[in-house]
Amino acid sequence: MSGHSTYQPQNKFLQWFEKRLPLGGLIHSSFVAYPTPRNLNYLWTFGGILAFMLGVQIVTGVVLAMHYTPHVDFAFKSVEGIMRDVNYGWLLRYLHANGASMFFLAVYIHMFRGIYYGSYKEPREVLWILGVIIYFLMMATGFMGYVLVWGQMSFWAATVITNLFSAIPGVGDAIVTWLWGGYAVGNPTLNRFYSLHYLLPFVIAGVVVLHVWALHVAGQNNPTGIEPKSDKDTVAFTPYATVKDSFFMVVFCIVYAWFVFYIPNFLGHADNYIPANPAVTPTHIVPEWYYLPFYAILRAIPDKLLGVIALGASILILAFLPWLDTSKVRSARYRPLFKQFFWLFVIVCIGLGWLGAKPPEGIYVILARIFTVYYFAFFLIVMPLLGIFEKTKPLPNSISESVLGVKA
Amino acid sequence: MNKPPEERAKDVTTVSSAEHTRRDFLYIATGAVGAVGAAAVLVPLIAQMNPDASTIAAGAPIDVDLAPIADGQIIKVFWRSKPIFIFHRTKKEVEEAEKVNVASLPDPEPDSARVKQGHDQWLVVIGICTHLGCIPLAHQGEYGGWFCPCHGSVYDTSGRIRSGPAPKNLALPPYKFVSDTKIQIG
Repeated sequence: MSGHSTYQPQNKFLQWFEKRLPLGGLIHSSFVAYPTPRNLNYLWTFGGILAFMLGVQIVTGVVLAMHYTPHVDFAFKSVEGIMRDVNYGWLLRYLHANGASMFFLAVYIHMFRGIYYGSYKEPREVLWILGVIIYFLMMATGFMGYVLVWGQMSFWAATVITNLFSAIPGVGDAIVTWLWGGYAVGNPTLNRFYSLHYLLPFVIAGVVVLHVWALHVAGQNNPTGIEPKSDKDTVAFTPYATVKDSFFMVVFCIVYAWFVFYIPNFLGHADNYIPANPAVTPTHIVPEWYYLPFYAILRAIPDKLLGVIALGASILILAFLPWLDTSKVRSARYRPLFKQFFWLFVIVCIGLGWLGAKPPEGIYVILARIFTVYYFAFFLIVMPLLGIFEKTKPLPNSISESVLGVKA
Repeated sequence: MNKPPEERAKDVTTVSSAEHTRRDFLYIATGAVGAVGAAAVLVPLIAQMNPDASTIAAGAPIDVDLAPIADGQIIKVFWRSKPIFIFHRTKKEVEEAEKVNVASLPDPEPDSARVKQGHDQWLVVIGICTHLGCIPLAHQGEYGGWFCPCHGSVYDTSGRIRSGPAPKNLALPPYKFVSDTKIQIG
């Protein structure tokens, strides 16, 4: 990729500064002159939306931390204080709580986009793996943030998730005690979760920098999955991508605002408005919606250790995607069979999400098992074999040809 | 000093790769001490997360008076922040627990190994599901013991796992009978 900066500041001070730290040139070459494929669709705006959501979560989170007390006796009260007493506290908390959901919604669209268009394939393997690391950090951060509210769901989510580690043979119980800092989830647990919940978003921000760096080294993928070959295939990041990203960010914010202002508790659980009670487990405990597919996989397997391994493997397997997919063709647009398996995979993921919220009995368990089998088969059987057996459609010669059609 | 940099670099590599020198030893020794030091720093950073002195002190043994517990009643007390179920089993419930074919259980254990000799009407177990730590509901499930609402594990009147994802029987806390109507847990 080209994109070397032609940044020449006119201002005397900026010229002086640029000689000492070429920051302006870096920004200019990354976000102004940077060539982006001319055929990017709206699915490519989610990277920018995710960066925006990370910013929203950090800003609202930092101000919420000014009013929150990480102690078992005060945590729930301080959250209610934020809702009732703090100026605009209700807004800030709803922005933060629904922001987490929007963050995950955006990341799931971003990930499915990556799978559909083969964005993880050579030379973007490291870019993809950094993305998987970000996703994993997001899950840890989201989980610990949910615990801070210290309602019934918070407490029991903390108990169930930390107990996953007790499945490790031999050292499991010692690890769980170490995680808790006590003999059960309690004040030390809440304190450390608060510390880590504050830390991890900045770790995410750091990995995001690497993610964007790796993106700018390899260049963006595009709906055809073929690399830009000439200047005709690309347009400058600014104004083209900047405006497109901004427009769709506004559209996304409408959805976000609709949740915040009209149905702020739709994605939450009523049980979490009951203060944590270590003596009573709610009759129906479920995680937040964005963990439900993995929760369904955990429960689909009747053995504790194997269930935990399957849960971990279902996330870890994403990191191996670049090598599990053996097809030379990136984009599903030219892979008729893969396209069908992909949409089935999307349906299965949503189905697992639905099953994760259902009680673990009868038909739900059977369905969860079938869906779990497909989830893993998609990665371990479909992806490696399709590369060998699938007859792909002919690729266009260039991006501009696919957009403008072949000249007669 | 007048040599160009690549020449100087050559000098260094020739010397160091030709034979083991005192400088090699110093490099390795310094590196090794540094690594040990870094590992030693990790000890307090990791150990601080284990239960602190006050938490351990608060985990001292507790006495529980059994006299008010009626036949068939299950009470819940807390020891080390863990719920402890004390189950005053009826004759029928004891019999049910004893007549089970032990070999058929997921975690085979006879009822006699789960109670104190001569006090077999008293079952004292840690009330934490061995699956993922939820608190099972008493007097529920098809075996008259406990049912865990989280993932559907079912325990019998001896606190043994009978069906569901939990791998083990409800754990037994350390306890002893101080008198016929009083136990000390811990």
